[in-house]
Amino acid sequence: MEKVLTRNFGLENSHRLETYLKNKGYQAARKALTKMTGPQVIDEIKKSNLRGLGGAGFPTGMKWGFIPQANPKPKYLVVNGDEGEPGTFKDKYIFEKDPHALLEGIIITCYAIASHKAYVYVRGEYVKSMQTLQAAIDEANSSGYLGKGIMGTTFDLDVVVHPGAGAYICGEETALLESLEGKKGFPRLKPPFPAVVGLFGCPTVINNVETLSCVGPIIANGGEWFAKLGSPKNGGNRLFCVSGHVNKPGVYELPNGITLRAIIYEHAGGIPNGRKLKAVIPGGISAPVLTADEIDVKMDFDSLKAIGSMAGSGGIIVMDDTTDMVWAAMVAARFFAHESCGQCSPCREGSGWVYNNLKKLYQGGARPHDLANLPGIIGNIGGNTICAFGDAVTMSVGSYVSKFREEFENKIKERVCRI
Amino acid sequence: MFTTDLLRQLDKIAGQYEQKQAALLPVLHAIQEKEGLISPESEQDVSRYLGIPVVHVHEAVSFYHLFHQTKKGKCHFSVCQTTSCALLGGEDIIEHLKTRLGIKSGETTPDGKFSLSVVECLGACELAPMMQYNKEYRGFLNKKKIDELIDKNK
Ligand SMILES: Cc1cc2nc3c(=O)[nH]c(=O)nc-3n(C[C@H](O)[C@H](O)[C@H](O)COP(=O)(O)O)c2cc1C
Ligand code: SF4
Ligand code: FES
Repeated sequence: MEKVLTRNFGLENSHRLETYLKNKGYQAARKALTKMTGPQVIDEIKKSNLRGLGGAGFPTGMKWGFIPQANPKPKYLVVNGDEGEPGTFKDKYIFEKDPHALLEGIIITCYAIASHKAYVYVRGEYVKSMQTLQAAIDEANSSGYLGKGIMGTTFDLDVVVHPGAGAYICGEETALLESLEGKKGFPRLKPPFPAVVGLFGCPTVINNVETLSCVGPIIANGGEWFAKLGSPKNGGNRLFCVSGHVNKPGVYELPNGITLRAIIYEHAGGIPNGRKLKAVIPGGISAPVLTADEIDVKMDFDSLKAIGSMAGSGGIIVMDDTTDMVWAAMVAARFFAHESCGQCSPCREGSGWVYNNLKKLYQGGARPHDLANLPGIIGNIGGNTICAFGDAVTMSVGSYVSKFREEFENKIKERVCRI
Repeated sequence: MFTTDLLRQLDKIAGQYEQKQAALLPVLHAIQEKEGLISPESEQDVSRYLGIPVVHVHEAVSFYHLFHQTKKGKCHFSVCQTTSCALLGGEDIIEHLKTRLGIKSGETTPDGKFSLSVVECLGACELAPMMQYNKEYRGFLNKKKIDELIDKNK
């Protein structure tokens, strides 16, 4: 299989400009800036079927097309490197192993939407990522790949690294904008969408780190080439992150059409200690959990959606048959209760309530109505909130309760409080 | 009051943004790096420096969990309790640290040497169970590795 996103990962000093240039680095940016117009770049991305790899899978070319070019305000590109979705750790590898591939994608994207300023929002804990990226930006600035008159053209671009400060919700695009503007990370009501009213009230594109790292190869090899790598309507490869009960946890670059079974057993080395698979989260903790007999699904956005889960951020979390699913639901609920920004009451109150109920179910002290009430409480969060976090709580925690119902019922029989 | 050195650094940061308030997070990071915490005095200074109400600064300091209002110990353990780490024993690591240090999450030992924070996913689930030890990531934790770190720094 042809490596796209990880093509340079194995090279010595893969993060250095010199290494990148030796391997056709910045040729795609040169092609875009000297031989193509902005709309031509956008067309090529549309043809590639590239979809947002940060979680939602929105078609990237279409998103760029929403930037109103007649609007006289400055336009911004904001790069989402918050990487807070549990189970996901791919953007870190791009930052640390191939930051110039990201920068090249940023240059081409900014050229396409006529933006002269990009902010890269990196989660605050990724200290090494920020240092590596800043060093790459400095190299690019001093060699004419960033800054004024890039590669002898009239195109100027400034890239700034912005540190987050430890809040999952800041990965949500509008919370990220608020945070970048120096406020608490509270998601904004949409519409208006960031394409029209984004950073500092100006038209803004927000894309994930991995999404933008696909842009250089697409411009170099053509949109059709990229579309063919994937499955229908899901162009290219993805970085799948595999963790939990597997022999070889790590990042794997594989085509979108690969099955979950192949990722777990062929690439990540299967389940340790001769154990059996019990459940898998296919796309970060927000994605509904799958049972062991659902793993023949293709890992693209549409196939996972069709079976009621989602491809999300590409974070695969594997659970073997020793896993207590009431406990697993409680751990997920603990995450949501901890990370709700608190702006909407169904999410703030609901996530805390769900967590406390599950904790009682797991530890003992629950009453039968605690289980009976659970689906109702969970169901009342989704669809009633400002951002998609509320839906994530509903779909994620709800999936444990519905798919592993028996375990919840047994728990209530075993550990019920009879007072 | 900011020292001239710090002020120069903050000016450089703030110069990267179209609106000065946008520099809030990186400015707070720079101050915490120098002083080990964000004190009420620093909140006042930042409010004057960025031209925003002090309550906005304080709100940010309390909203983002990487900012501290008290000093952390020389060894700060931030241990992940989210799914991938928990599946591989993260919760036991946390319990072990609590017992060994005699403190709860968010606390520092009385001698000021060790602090413990229990955190959600740090984006390094491939190293599970893992933690951030000061600024570094440490993975594949077990009780022995934790004991070694504590004993070395006692
Ligand atoms: C609660 C929540 C958390 C999110 N966290 C992230 C994140 O950490 N990184 C990311 O790229 N996108 C995250 N997203 C998705 C972003 O809102 C947005 O869709 C994405 O950055 C767009 O980029 P893309 O089109 O390239 O995927 C999150 C969304 C929600 C609702
Ligand atoms: S749904 Fe939850 S996380 Fe999203 S804005 Fe409302 S309270 Fe905040
Ligand atoms: S779950 Fe612990 S680092 Fe992701």
